[in-house]
Amino acid sequence: MITLEAVHKSFGPKRVLRGVDLTIPKGESMVIIGGSGTGKSVMLKSVLGLVTPDQGKISVDGQDVTHAQIGRDRDAFLARFGMLFQGGALFDSLTVWQNVAFRLLRGSLKRPKAEAREIAIEKLRRVGLTPDVADLFPSELSGGMQKRVGLARAIAAEPEIIFFDEPTTGLDPIMSGVINDLIREIVVEMGATAMTITHDMTSVRAIADKVAMLHDGVIKWTGPIAQMDESGDPYLDQFIHGRAEGPIEAVR
Amino acid sequence: MTALTTPLAHLGRAVLAFLAVTGRVAIFAFDGLTHVFRPPFYLREFLTALLHIGWLSLPVVGLTAFFTGGALALQIYAGGARFSAEAVVPQIVAIGMVRELGPVLVGLMIAARVTSSIAAEIATMKVTEQIDALVTLSTHPMKYLTAPRVLAALIVVPLLVGIGDIIGIYGGYIVGTQQLGFNPASYIKNTVDFLEFSDIFSSMVKGCAFGGIAATMGCYFGMQSGRGAQGVGQATKASVQAAAVLILAANFLLTSVFFAS
Repeated sequence: MITLEAVHKSFGPKRVLRGVDLTIPKGESMVIIGGSGTGKSVMLKSVLGLVTPDQGKISVDGQDVTHAQIGRDRDAFLARFGMLFQGGALFDSLTVWQNVAFRLLRGSLKRPKAEAREIAIEKLRRVGLTPDVADLFPSELSGGMQKRVGLARAIAAEPEIIFFDEPTTGLDPIMSGVINDLIREIVVEMGATAMTITHDMTSVRAIADKVAMLHDGVIKWTGPIAQMDESGDPYLDQFIHGRAEGPIEAVR
Repeated sequence: MTALTTPLAHLGRAVLAFLAVTGRVAIFAFDGLTHVFRPPFYLREFLTALLHIGWLSLPVVGLTAFFTGGALALQIYAGGARFSAEAVVPQIVAIGMVRELGPVLVGLMIAARVTSSIAAEIATMKVTEQIDALVTLSTHPMKYLTAPRVLAALIVVPLLVGIGDIIGIYGGYIVGTQQLGFNPASYIKNTVDFLEFSDIFSSMVKGCAFGGIAATMGCYFGMQSGRGAQGVGQATKASVQAAAVLILAANFLLTSVFFAS
């Protein structure tokens, strides 16, 4: 279970998070929606410790991780996480399989090279890629394929918690559908806790158990996906229907 | 009153900003150095860094040193002729290359070639979230990116300086014997007899220091990069500037330590 309590974060004069409260129960898929620049990524990165909050508390399974520094404990903590980055964030000096098996080639989860490669190829197959891409470099792949490799890397070490940062941004509708289905399947089959950031409503409906809407640095609404359409919340309604008119200013 | 104080305020801010950067660079350099000695070690990264910083820099180092040695011989001959001291060419070329020009020019070429590429690579990794990805994959960026590069530079740049010194002297030898009429055997004898161990030692120490500066600046400014293509450009420019200036400053400092007594 991931809990955020009154999390604040500012960058200079810009107050991005202004008291975020959110609970993500174990094994559930939570999708965070909200406009561009509302701090969705900052929120996700603060759970991982890539960004340190100014105030508030973040805990994972009851353990306070708000100010955890990079170190041995942090490594153990991060070993439970997998993350799919917006642009894939694949290491372009390494081949596809070395990217996927990155965690398995070094550190506490290190295995023999042949075994790591085998696992990488199996994970690539899981995301619908054939073994012949394993020895290519990321720059030789299309955007959709890079996202899939990123997904394979995120799940390579069987994490308990997986974060997805805008998994469908920049992909065509069919590839988006493929990625959405993959995420759903993987989360269900691994029983993982998932947190996804997106502003693609098709994604939300495909992936989410629960939805939370971030606006003005706070969670405006949160609830099960089934209640999203009848929430009566003017902010949420405007967002999910993509209206220019409403309480959210179009020019931000 | 404000007309008087505004320039002072600007000056104060600039000085404070400079001190802040100096402090951050010092902390970063210290942090980078400590990671060199603490596990885990990334052998593959280290070997790649050795290849890029050392082996692939050889052509540019060789050419720079050769032409500089040749030009030096011509200058000393022309200058020496004014007071009938043409014969000192071998000795002055040797001392000039080994003590000063070898380390400084190799250092500056490394700043141009290696610092810039390290900064651009790490800055691009930062911009495309690859550094964040490293952290989420339980890998410390300082260990994985900085430590192997700094260590490789500390080891391989002194060797490059040594090679540069030899090629520079050889450049002087070619010009001296082919153009200025020196006897090959006595040219070599004069060079070897004149050089002392302290000359060569100072050359190696300088190489080590300049290599450390070049790699550390590349890593530091890469990690500090702002967003987008402009951020990468700024980081690269700043890293080369800082490395070049620091190398020249360190050269002055080391020269005064070794030879000012």
